[in-house]
Amino acid sequence: MTLVRFLAAHRAEFAGLLLQHILLVGASTAAAVALGVPIGILAAKRPRLGAPVVWFANVVQTIPSLAMFGFLLPLPLVGGLGARVAIIVLILYALLPIIRTTAAGVAGVDRSLVEAGTALGMTPRQLLWQVEMPLALPSIVAGIRVAAVIGVGTATIAAAVGAGGLGEYIFRGLSMVDPTVILAGAVPAAVLALLVDGGLLLAERAFRAGRRTGRALIAAGTAAVACLLAVALVSARMGTSRENVIRVGSKNFTEQIVLGELIAQHLERQGGMTVERRLNLGGTFICDRALRSGDIDVYVEYTGTADTAVFKDAVETDRARVLARVRQRYAEGGLTVLPPLGFENTFAILVRGDDARQLRLRTIEDAAAVSRSWTAGFGYEFLQRADGYPGLARTYGLGFRSAPRAMDLSLIYRALAERQVDLVAGDATSGLVDAYGLVMLQDNRHYFPPYDAVPVARRATLLRYPAVRIALESLAGRITIDDMRRMNRAVDSDRQDPADVARAFLARLEHGRPTKG
Amino acid sequence: MDGSAGAISLQSVHVARGAAGNVLRGVDLDIAGGETVALVGRSGAGKSTLLKSINGLIVPDAGRVIVEGRDTREWNPYDLRRRIGYVLQEIGLFPHLSVAENVGVVPRLLGWEARRTVARVADVLALVGLPPETYANRRAWELSGGQRQRVGVARALAADPPILLMDEPFGALDPVTRAELHREFRRIQTAVRKTVVIVTHDMAEAFALATRIGVLDAGVIAQLDDPRTLARSRDPRVRPLLEPLLEARALLS
Repeated sequence: MTLVRFLAAHRAEFAGLLLQHILLVGASTAAAVALGVPIGILAAKRPRLGAPVVWFANVVQTIPSLAMFGFLLPLPLVGGLGARVAIIVLILYALLPIIRTTAAGVAGVDRSLVEAGTALGMTPRQLLWQVEMPLALPSIVAGIRVAAVIGVGTATIAAAVGAGGLGEYIFRGLSMVDPTVILAGAVPAAVLALLVDGGLLLAERAFRAGRRTGRALIAAGTAAVACLLAVALVSARMGTSRENVIRVGSKNFTEQIVLGELIAQHLERQGGMTVERRLNLGGTFICDRALRSGDIDVYVEYTGTADTAVFKDAVETDRARVLARVRQRYAEGGLTVLPPLGFENTFAILVRGDDARQLRLRTIEDAAAVSRSWTAGFGYEFLQRADGYPGLARTYGLGFRSAPRAMDLSLIYRALAERQVDLVAGDATSGLVDAYGLVMLQDNRHYFPPYDAVPVARRATLLRYPAVRIALESLAGRITIDDMRRMNRAVDSDRQDPADVARAFLARLEHGRPTKG
Repeated sequence: MDGSAGAISLQSVHVARGAAGNVLRGVDLDIAGGETVALVGRSGAGKSTLLKSINGLIVPDAGRVIVEGRDTREWNPYDLRRRIGYVLQEIGLFPHLSVAENVGVVPRLLGWEARRTVARVADVLALVGLPPETYANRRAWELSGGQRQRVGVARALAADPPILLMDEPFGALDPVTRAELHREFRRIQTAVRKTVVIVTHDMAEAFALATRIGVLDAGVIAQLDDPRTLARSRDPRVRPLLEPLLEARALLS
């Protein structure tokens, strides 16, 4: 019911995303047919030539889709954010089933029919179009069906590179931990997959029984090509760079989306820029690639993440040194690190507020003295990573009554509040820290690397638009960890729109709220 | 050399790897226009290979195959095949086409006008005993085995080719249907007078249809004669093929 209400409230947006989704799948499937059918015929007729291509398609099929987006993003022509790279990835995934079934269909034509056609005086081309293709058509359509259904599913990942589609809701829902929003993407995608499957099944049956197959094939091909052209035009328009346009990116969780909005609105109001939002991109890796390829001009990164995940440096815990090192590394790539925004999104070792008060706990060191009678809950990743629990336990001599429980991050705050565990590692800026009255213990031995939030921008953009630099620098130190928690909470718990939350914050900022030094 | 309509001449034809890997080792055979020649022999004797060398599906490694005065190597292979009707044992009706479309394949390849093709298809369907108004729009799977083979014959005759090649055309049919089609074949052949080369492993069929019978053995023609002469053959390569016929006659008399 909430799903229906959500979709009704977001009618226009939903229609747009659905259309994008259909265009993505339609265009990529059409192109895959145009490529895959000839390759399939070749594979059936000249196995030695076709085998390497089939092998390639096989290999492509095994690459996880997010990784594939990562490979393609920095490439010229095919790369870049948006529909283009998404369509190329979808084409690559659609190729294998189409090549396979075409080859099987053509090779599977009864030899006596081929012999009859030849003996009646058909040229190889006439044999192909009048006998082999019509008879292989049901098999080919079955392959297209598989490809299109896979495409509907894979296209949800396309939201990670800003291509839109129903995946937007899925990623948004995941980052907000809101099942309704996830379902708003997943359910229509599933329904779409079923419709595509059913529709193509009917086509397959019609071809099995039908007669004017050649003509139908040409009609289908024409429609597909028209569809492809339309999308190419749309994506070409999306891809052209315009004057005074700044593209702001963000990763795909609540805080990042709020910060993306915040920077976008600030650039619009203070910098007088036109801003294109490329929010909700699928992770650190994709944001970094997009920034370097010029598909976005700025996004907010965390110094510790940049240091370890982007540049693969050894863990360093000195705040100033990390910032300096990251700044230099980015500069080598033509990117500029702007002054920190003021808060840090680090791992937070959390305990219940009443425990903290009764036991006078302020630091992790304090907790280590009493933790022998406690149980702890950590995320899977935190339990495994060298800079996670193992190192933490060593640094503080932390120990528990039993081995720490592995828990999903979204459940960890509630588990603590409900006394299922007594200590957790959470997210310092999570809105749930306040919502459940939890207390974050200080990392007084500086075990965790610093995760200061800093805008990272293309140097060329800053040189070209000095107003952008001024606007971004004016945000230095203006967002405290409490501000960030409040904004996250407003989105995650109170279901407010990230754009509204960012707007309200900026309004307060401009009306002269005193900032903490 | 006979350049007249339907004439076929094989001159010391050698094929090292023919149909199903069988060979021809020096076949000489002259067939006049309008003749019906049956090629008989056990499996592997090279009957199908010989047949396929006539319409250029197989090109001889040595020797020549002359069709209507021209070496098959000099013919455009597609023109040659469109001038030669071909009936297969498997029939090979195209399942995605109707009976009429199957029969009209060669006229369409030849670029006939649609109206002429339709009229001609109706004629040949009537000729093979399948009233077009009943059968034209049916599909291959809606027909009995005998009806399918009639369609196969109609398809081979559609473009009115001077030559008809038949590769075990009635082999898969039951004896009653086969006898019926033999009668039909003789009626049609009287009406259209094609050069017919028919491959069969059944001597009785050869006797029923052919004006001359060639016995193939291990890639050469052991004997080529009219049925009457062949029936008295003493050739040890021919006798075994006649045996069943003579036994049947002895039983009946």
